[in-house]
Amino acid sequence: MKKSLWLFHFGGASCNNCDIEILACLNPRFDVERFGMLLVGSPRHADVILVNGSINKKGKERLVEVYHQAAKPCLVVAIGACGCTGGIFAEGDTFAGPVDNIIPVDAYIPGCPPKPEAILAGLAKLVEAKFGKKKIPSPDHTKKIDENEIVENEIVTNEKVTLKK
Amino acid sequence: MVLHLFYFLVFPGLLFAGIVGGLLSWFDRKVTAWVQFRRGPVLMQPFYDVMKLLLVKETIVPARGSVITFLAAPVAGLFGASVSAVLILLPAFGISAGFRGDIIVIFYLLTIPSLSWAIGALASANPLAAVGASREIKLLIGFELTLLLIFAAVILKSGMTISLYEIIALQQENRVLAGSLSGILLFVAMIFCVQAKMGMVPFDIAEAETELSEGAFIEFSGPPYALIKITKYIMLFVLTALVAVLLLGGLPVDGISLLWSLLKILSVALLLVLIRNTNPRVKIGQAMRFFFIWMNGLVIIAIILSYFGL
Ligand code: SF4
Repeated sequence: MKKSLWLFHFGGASCNNCDIEILACLNPRFDVERFGMLLVGSPRHADVILVNGSINKKGKERLVEVYHQAAKPCLVVAIGACGCTGGIFAEGDTFAGPVDNIIPVDAYIPGCPPKPEAILAGLAKLVEAKFGKKKIPSPDHTKKIDENEIVENEIVTNEKVTLKK
Repeated sequence: MVLHLFYFLVFPGLLFAGIVGGLLSWFDRKVTAWVQFRRGPVLMQPFYDVMKLLLVKETIVPARGSVITFLAAPVAGLFGASVSAVLILLPAFGISAGFRGDIIVIFYLLTIPSLSWAIGALASANPLAAVGASREIKLLIGFELTLLLIFAAVILKSGMTISLYEIIALQQENRVLAGSLSGILLFVAMIFCVQAKMGMVPFDIAEAETELSEGAFIEFSGPPYALIKITKYIMLFVLTALVAVLLLGGLPVDGISLLWSLLKILSVALLLVLIRNTNPRVKIGQAMRFFFIWMNGLVIIAIILSYFGL
């Protein structure tokens, strides 16, 4: 798994800048394919979900659904200030929490927007932390999340996932 | 019996064709990368992908829809691809003579993967997969007639023999079939057919990543998707080998001619990759028209030419 991470891009309610930077990662100049990474179109094939942008109330349902649809084991990377903390949207009315309030996040790549180099470095660090020899402690995401919401759905279906209020 | 199992499972069936196909698929990705001025993946990448899907990822089955059909489809596809690998490669390497009429069996076996993927996609009850499957079937209808005509032309040109071994032997005695005017037309049509059969870019309508998010394969995950990947690798190798066998005089493996065989496979694969990298995706109607009118016309002209001995 270490050498073949397939990326799935989930764009929340972002200002679209992070999306562009993620796509810039995939273009010939930065070329993630040399690390064996590939952009896939279906969450069923995803190994890493890249989440960027603030997550609003509508987007939250979608994000949880996509997370459940992905075949486990599946990592989540929050990209950009919005993904990590909420950024400039953090005090908005429709804001539903940064990504790690909704699903467990394995790596954070801050920046507004992060440069493609930073995204690549983040992904490389993620691989190092998860599969490398040196153990980098992964972020502690257990405290805020209601575990039942995530874990119970072992066999993921194409049923719509309903959120607990 | 044991020998047949060995043929099917190890050489030149599942294992051998899978490995060579994997290497060819790396070649495809690497050349694509070079075309785009980037580095591209490492040599073992296709195998890493398959191992990951096979060993690490979980299998998700659709909640609605038929689970058994869904899971059986990739297996059926893999079976079809490996059997056709055996039937094509044994005569191609000159190991066994095959049987009379094997070229017709091969034609049917080669449709099994596309067909079983379409069935599997329809069994997953996913609307995007259904659209992908219907496109796959439409495309199949489009290019299959052309492929049949090409087979017919090859049979006509090699003096009405319907055994692959004899076709190869004939080409090795005289000259290769692509060495004549009609042969060149057949070669062009065949390349496009292979392109469509592999779902490579001008004809990747069925798995359109951008609008259908991988179409027919959208619901497959983990091991079933790994089987589909292996099937694709095998098909890539088998189809390039088929082009080499039918039109370029087989793949002899003794001595220096091994190098030639390798060169044939690689140059056909290179041609496929370059077409894939320099063309946009066509619409399904355009693809149908392309095959029905232009390619069929081309092959019919080739048949008429070969009737006059050109
Ligand atoms: S982090 Fe900045 S650039 Fe990225 S989506 Fe948020 S506001 Fe836009």
